[in-house]
Amino acid sequence: MSGASVKLSRRSFLEVLGGGIAVAFGAASAASTAAERPGYPDDFHSYLAIRADGRITVFSGKIEMGQGIVTSLAQMAAEELGADVGSIDMVMGDTDRCPFDMGTFGSLSTRMFGPALRAAAAKARTVLTTLAAERLNVSPKQLTVAHGVVSITGQPVRRVTFGELAERVRITETVTEAAVLRAASDFTVMGRPTKRLDGIEKVTGRAKYAGDIRLPDMLYARILRAPTHGAVLVSADTNAAEKVAGVTVVNRDGLIAVLHADPETAAAALRQIGADWRRPEAGPDQETIFEHLVAHAGEPTELVAKGDVSKAAAAKSFETIFQKGYVAHAPIEPHVALADVRTDRATVWASTQTPFPLRDSIAAVLGFDNKRVRVITPYVGGGFGGKSAGGQASEAARLSQICGRPVQVMRTREEEFFYDTFDPACVVKIASALGADGKISRWDYEVIAAGERGATPSYDLANVRVRSARGLAYAGSAWKDDLHPFAVGPWRAPGANMNIFATESQIDIMAAAAGTDPLAFRLGHLSDGRMRKVLQTAVDAFGWQAAVRPSGRGHGIAISSDAGSVVATIAEVKVDRTSGRVTVVRIVCAQDMGIVVNPEGARMQIEGAITMGLGYSFSEELRFQGGEILDKNYDTYRLPRFDVVPKIEAVLVSNDELAPQGCGEPAITTVGAVLANAVFDATGARMLRLPMTPQRVAAAIARL
Amino acid sequence: MKNIVKFSLNGAPASIETDDERMLLWVLRTDLALTGTKYGCGEGICGACAVIVNGKAHRSCRTPLKAVAGADVMTVEGLAKGDELHPLQQAFIDHDAFQCGYCTSGMLMDAYALLEGDSHPSHQRIVDHMERNLCRCGAHQRIISAIEQVAAKAGDSK
Ligand code: FES
Ligand code: FES
Repeated sequence: MSGASVKLSRRSFLEVLGGGIAVAFGAASAASTAAERPGYPDDFHSYLAIRADGRITVFSGKIEMGQGIVTSLAQMAAEELGADVGSIDMVMGDTDRCPFDMGTFGSLSTRMFGPALRAAAAKARTVLTTLAAERLNVSPKQLTVAHGVVSITGQPVRRVTFGELAERVRITETVTEAAVLRAASDFTVMGRPTKRLDGIEKVTGRAKYAGDIRLPDMLYARILRAPTHGAVLVSADTNAAEKVAGVTVVNRDGLIAVLHADPETAAAALRQIGADWRRPEAGPDQETIFEHLVAHAGEPTELVAKGDVSKAAAAKSFETIFQKGYVAHAPIEPHVALADVRTDRATVWASTQTPFPLRDSIAAVLGFDNKRVRVITPYVGGGFGGKSAGGQASEAARLSQICGRPVQVMRTREEEFFYDTFDPACVVKIASALGADGKISRWDYEVIAAGERGATPSYDLANVRVRSARGLAYAGSAWKDDLHPFAVGPWRAPGANMNIFATESQIDIMAAAAGTDPLAFRLGHLSDGRMRKVLQTAVDAFGWQAAVRPSGRGHGIAISSDAGSVVATIAEVKVDRTSGRVTVVRIVCAQDMGIVVNPEGARMQIEGAITMGLGYSFSEELRFQGGEILDKNYDTYRLPRFDVVPKIEAVLVSNDELAPQGCGEPAITTVGAVLANAVFDATGARMLRLPMTPQRVAAAIARL
Repeated sequence: MKNIVKFSLNGAPASIETDDERMLLWVLRTDLALTGTKYGCGEGICGACAVIVNGKAHRSCRTPLKAVAGADVMTVEGLAKGDELHPLQQAFIDHDAFQCGYCTSGMLMDAYALLEGDSHPSHQRIVDHMERNLCRCGAHQRIISAIEQVAAKAGDSK
């Protein structure tokens, strides 16, 4: 037996297992990312178990929302174990069966959780090899592990399967030391195209999302909502609603709901409720919000101070203010939950990125100990940061407790827009300068309300100051900052979309003023080897032609360093100068994300990120008047549709020296910048506000 | 109005006694527990709820039950024949044409209707036809490739 067996502190470990081999592991090995996320516990977070039937189950508090980790995590486990992906079962986001996990966000699953999972699987392989050596009476060194079988090297008939080894044993281990992981050159599962574990279910309609769970006697609830954030209920008349056949009306402590076995009847009954609201004073709207932010953000904190920005020599100075409005998460699956609350325990199926924190908040609402609450997370229909928060599960739990029947709360699309935790509107001010040598001599950067992610430039600069005011706190859940008229929260790569848009636009502005090709200008300030390599890769794949901009070609370039990955994106656009309509012709994106676990999955994530980025670049901007949300559905709030999606080419820059890094977010951070730079190259008009709607583009061209 | 509505559902006869003004989406999802058809917007904008009625794609969130009386209705659950996937389903898997999968049922239904009417549509025709279906995960490029694969195969066999 290698390593001492450690008695595990958590309950139900071997109970759940019933025997076999289990290895528990934590994710604390990635110390730097753990520091970014204080509060990540150092207890173990997950475990994998091998049973007598040879199946391997990975229990993880992470959830699958389209980012593909159900497959890539299984690949990692299979690789290190020497098993087939098909023999792995993933149990995710179930608070009774999986150990505690903070939540699924920040491109952390692969980066933080991945190494820990691989180490655990490697440990399990060692345990299996040791057992097999005893069984086959040879030294472990003589053994080969592949496809879930341990055999004597060169004598494949002398073999024993994982299942046979797991029979009749009860072994629990924890990973305490760094494991010896397989080298990338030896990979047989990782780095190869793999059939998705969720494929068949998702194309046949069998995949279950939280809203698809059905229980006997369940009721569908519709809840009385305020017309505007900050409105206070003065009176409500539920008499008419109560007369609707089969309807249950709940009116308790500010929660007014109608419930029915048919969701449409519940909705119709809700419309029968007459309610009087006291509305708050009108606040800012989508045009005046920027002034409001600047006026109320308060003093910034300094993130970087290098050299002296006040004394730097300046042959040419540039002062620019960039703006971006509120952006919705708008997953097609709205927030939904089904709660079944009994006298002594509660089970809740929820569409959430944070099952464990959710369990605790439901327990608090019900007055239960959290051990009596189980949150189960089926497939999540898109999250993008927006399903870290959400009161729907607590509402469902309360209503179920009151009614004594299972209750589903599914937000309507209008509620989804109203209760979203939006990507905040924000402002960036940059004062920079070029020295007489054509190099950047000063970089004075202030970001308001977006946060610090992506605020520090990737370039080698002498005199730098970076400051951030009222940045979004990475709490992993919603927080209402009274700076904003409604809730804001993390949105795919929080803050970085704005910071990279501003930074990379300003770099382009200076390159044009210096009379230098924007690629050459960037390379002149860039020593990072990974960054130079992805830039060169993108340039080669695109066929970048050096020129001083604007050249009329409509080509733009942008780089970003995010979530441990580096990315370079080049785009080509066409602009109709009269209407201001921008057509994106193609986008090439090169990304170095360390070891690539699932190449097709990675390309898919990059394409998805870029497609989503088209929205905040061109059409997505929430319209509101104070706390009143004017966009209520997808007709006025426009997501990217098929006709705006260009040819997207994702190029993976291999880097087997580096453990897998973030994949789902980095590419999106370049999109606003690369398209603004391309619009400038096409027209000479510099777009300083996102989204670049046709009206704004046409107006900027008219001002030339 | 309460009524008995009969129609064919995924090849089998269905008969439901209920208020026939109810939207097909909710009848499918609640009374029949066919949850593959999704709610996304409730107003005919996103396509997540698309089903096939007499060979054409319909938004089930805007289709009252009475409108399908006597009709042939197919939902995503009816696309595969037993364990044998429909070529579109296989192509969606081959091309990884979905991430979260929430829009997938509607995409498959609309793609099916397109190919029913035109077995090898042009790229532009596919884009135009799929235009009314939303995907937040950004699987668009792959969805088009998947449909093109099936369209190309249909062309081959002719
Ligand atoms: S739910 Fe029917 S079109 Fe969106
Ligand atoms: S795959 Fe998630 S919405 Fe399309």
